[in-house]
Amino acid sequence: MKRKKRLNDNIKGWLYLLPALLFLGAFMVYPLIDVFVYSFEEGYHSASQTYLGIGAYNYSYVLHDPYFLQALQNTFLLVIITVPLSTVIAIAVSVGLNSIKALRDFFQTVYFLPYVTNTLAVGLVFMILFRKTPYSDGFINLIIRFFGGSSVDFIEGPYWAKMFVLCFYTIWVVMPFKILILTSALSSVNQDYYKAAKVDGTSRWRTFIKITLPMISPMVFYLIITGFIGAFKAYSDVVALFGTNLNAAGMNTIVGYVYDMLYGDSGGYPSYASAAAILLFVIVLTITCINLLGSKKHVHY
Amino acid sequence: MDFQKIEKQTRIKNGILRSVTCLFLGIWGLIVLFPFYWMILTSVKSYGAYNSEYIPKFFTLSPTFENYREAFTAVPLGKYLLNTAFFTLCTTALMLVAVTLAAFAFARLQFKGKKIAFVGFLSLMMIPNELVVITNFVTITNLDMRNTFQGLIFPSVMSVFYIYLLKENFEQIPDSLYRAAKVDGTSDFKYLVKVMIPMSKPTLVTITILKVIECWNSYVWPRLITDNPSYYLVSNGIQEIRENGFGRENVPAMMAAVVVISVPLIFLFLAFRRKIMDGVSRGGTKG
Amino acid sequence: MKIVLQDLTKKFPGRGRKKREEVVAVKDFSFEIPDGALVGLLGPSGCGKSTTLNLISGLEQPTAGKIFFGNEDVTDLPAEHRGIGLVFQNYALYPHLSVKQNITFPLENLKGKDKLTKAQMNEKALEAAHLVQIQDLMERKPGELSGGQQQRVAIARALVKNPSVLLLDEPLSNLDARLRLQTREEIRRIQRETKITTIFVTHDQEEAMSISDLIVVMKEGVVQQIGKPQDVYDNPANLFVAKFLGTPPINVFHGEIRDGMLHIGEEAVLPVCRTENQKVFVGIRPEGFIVQEDGPFSCALKGVEVMGRDISVLSSNEASLNPTVRSIVDSRHRVDTGSGRVRFALNPRKVLLFTKDTQKRILTAACEVSI
Repeated sequence: MKRKKRLNDNIKGWLYLLPALLFLGAFMVYPLIDVFVYSFEEGYHSASQTYLGIGAYNYSYVLHDPYFLQALQNTFLLVIITVPLSTVIAIAVSVGLNSIKALRDFFQTVYFLPYVTNTLAVGLVFMILFRKTPYSDGFINLIIRFFGGSSVDFIEGPYWAKMFVLCFYTIWVVMPFKILILTSALSSVNQDYYKAAKVDGTSRWRTFIKITLPMISPMVFYLIITGFIGAFKAYSDVVALFGTNLNAAGMNTIVGYVYDMLYGDSGGYPSYASAAAILLFVIVLTITCINLLGSKKHVHY
Repeated sequence: MDFQKIEKQTRIKNGILRSVTCLFLGIWGLIVLFPFYWMILTSVKSYGAYNSEYIPKFFTLSPTFENYREAFTAVPLGKYLLNTAFFTLCTTALMLVAVTLAAFAFARLQFKGKKIAFVGFLSLMMIPNELVVITNFVTITNLDMRNTFQGLIFPSVMSVFYIYLLKENFEQIPDSLYRAAKVDGTSDFKYLVKVMIPMSKPTLVTITILKVIECWNSYVWPRLITDNPSYYLVSNGIQEIRENGFGRENVPAMMAAVVVISVPLIFLFLAFRRKIMDGVSRGGTKG
Repeated sequence: MKIVLQDLTKKFPGRGRKKREEVVAVKDFSFEIPDGALVGLLGPSGCGKSTTLNLISGLEQPTAGKIFFGNEDVTDLPAEHRGIGLVFQNYALYPHLSVKQNITFPLENLKGKDKLTKAQMNEKALEAAHLVQIQDLMERKPGELSGGQQQRVAIARALVKNPSVLLLDEPLSNLDARLRLQTREEIRRIQRETKITTIFVTHDQEEAMSISDLIVVMKEGVVQQIGKPQDVYDNPANLFVAKFLGTPPINVFHGEIRDGMLHIGEEAVLPVCRTENQKVFVGIRPEGFIVQEDGPFSCALKGVEVMGRDISVLSSNEASLNPTVRSIVDSRHRVDTGSGRVRFALNPRKVLLFTKDTQKRILTAACEVSI
């Protein structure tokens, strides 16, 4: 009797988990294993689902593909520029936000807006703002000209200009999350620390470096780590700015490369896509580990 | 010690600092808001007026809603919106059911293998979507479910993080309530529906809203799985409009479409501002 | 340094949307604190004592009134220029810095001609650490210290720059009972050694009474009484002060003065002179009761608690504001528990009279008759 009840309990528990298990099993666990299998199957043919052999050829192909190397370069540039820059700006904005009382709620709401907007849709607006066409120089060029510069096509022009727009838009998109996290971190710092520092005559800058920054350091590192991960996976904001044919624009990213290998005119190579995806995963994992090691040194609790 | 001098200096210093802070915050606010302003402005400029402005104007004296009509008639924007609403509704509903049941099992039920299962679930949180999308694409293609709603919805349902979030919330409901219900002969399922769900409503609402935002903005998976415009979601729709719709240069109509698909989420955000921001700061990341 | 507070007032804008009434945290506070005194600001929570401390420290600006340190008007001077040491209720030690770094932190802020070398800083830090006896803990982080040790570090950090005034906000409330006794002696010792004018805030009357030179009793932003602890205890200015000071608390009765006699209920308990006939509140300190078989004041006996040297007699009286009348009597007195009643004589110096309307003290000291 007792034994039967326990058996029933076990079954019941798993029954409650069943829906989640089905979805996760079919669309996360199985694919996770499969992607490794794909990445080692050489010469996979998607129509007949056959392959020629097992080996590391797919990786070698991807690593020698100029498009992948271009994507790698773009992604690294994007990461290296946007992560530090967005973190620094977000800290500055949050500290500023924390120091004012009036309008604080208003600013917080405004700053959060990009989070809830469709990346593709607003990307289109950015494209319009930065674009230069025969009919119009566009808004940004209007400003550049106002300050005496010469106009540039940011969308179909030189590489640095395109990279600039991409970084600008990426920062615009990731900022709400960072500001939100940092303002809540800042407001949870005990005010007594600031009072103590003030009574001791600590300058604002020293208070910031010696007290504020160490106090919010766990959250800053959290943001740096998630920032790295997010920026390495950049894709839809790039598409929003430069269209789906990213290889032609020379603005592809690693994730874009994966999808291009999978789908569309250049698609039909899930093995290459898998190899590229796993390479991305390894890069992200390595950098996250380095970040975590670094944060152990600098985060104080 | 010249006290008055110190007082004056401090006052001036504080004043300057406050002005600089406000200026800085204002500039960032402008950078955030300007694209929104521009998109609304452009969407009410007439096609002719827009194209004749070599130097874009910052306002328009003759706003027109012609572009909105154009956006709904020249491309199936209404269809995209309906598709997205349907996709969002189904995905969110399925997610809620699966997540609630799983969270309840982890929070309240005792069964063999619970610990291992939970650790397994948690470790799935670290798996990037990019890694599993490839096989999912092949799976759905093989099942002949491309350009179907099933193919769109099923792989998008689960979010392991929400199970974790809800489980934490369920565990805060005191054990004594559960025991009392057991003594009264309440079944586990009834207890879940009658006690736990109502008591966890705030968290459930947060999860729902976050999932709705995620669905509304999802782009990558729908793009892979649909190439028939009658199954496009708004993100794909907007991309399609950009590349083929309206003829490339009807920017005002394009902006009208952008406004239409942005507005629902902005209203949702303004209505549930606190909830969304709390939910996101508890651990949501974009994408 | 002498500190003078002149008509100090602090108002806060009210919270809530509709009622934007101002909250008066401190009202017309005037007080001259002599150089080198240890002053306790005492009152229930929300009485404005912490606000007063913040005003003195300069962390908040008064709405009206002036503050002088010595002869200098410091009312508008920012906190960092006032030369004060401040110890917070939760100590506010920087968790990421070691004890030594915490103590040297204020010294590193000094600029210009005041700038110290590393060696000088270390020397000063060690000096302060010696004073509070934490010299062996210098390399630890605050998280590795006990509450009492953290408290000492906080005091050392406040003392290291030789402040002219030391302010302590509820310095003992985060410590357990045993440490509290020890630490308050410690604060007294440190204050005596450094001779720094010290002001501390507390809601614990025993704490304030035991170590202060002067106590200030506050209620709802208004100073009720200032004086030496014993004076305030013996001669409270009003019923609030009388009730707030002393453990066990004072017993309060409805009473009436009729023809030179104080009546509680129908019993004439004590002669009083030079006062008009009126209804009054009668406060009787627990130690003011004397068990006496033919005493004038009778109560229904509820029980006796033996506390060693003294015994505590619990009784009840219809005129009492509290359900239980607690009196402390010498254990030589015998209380007959069989009869169900107990009779007391009263020590007139422990009987305090207050008017019914303003609850102010009615002075009867001129007419002492011993029974």
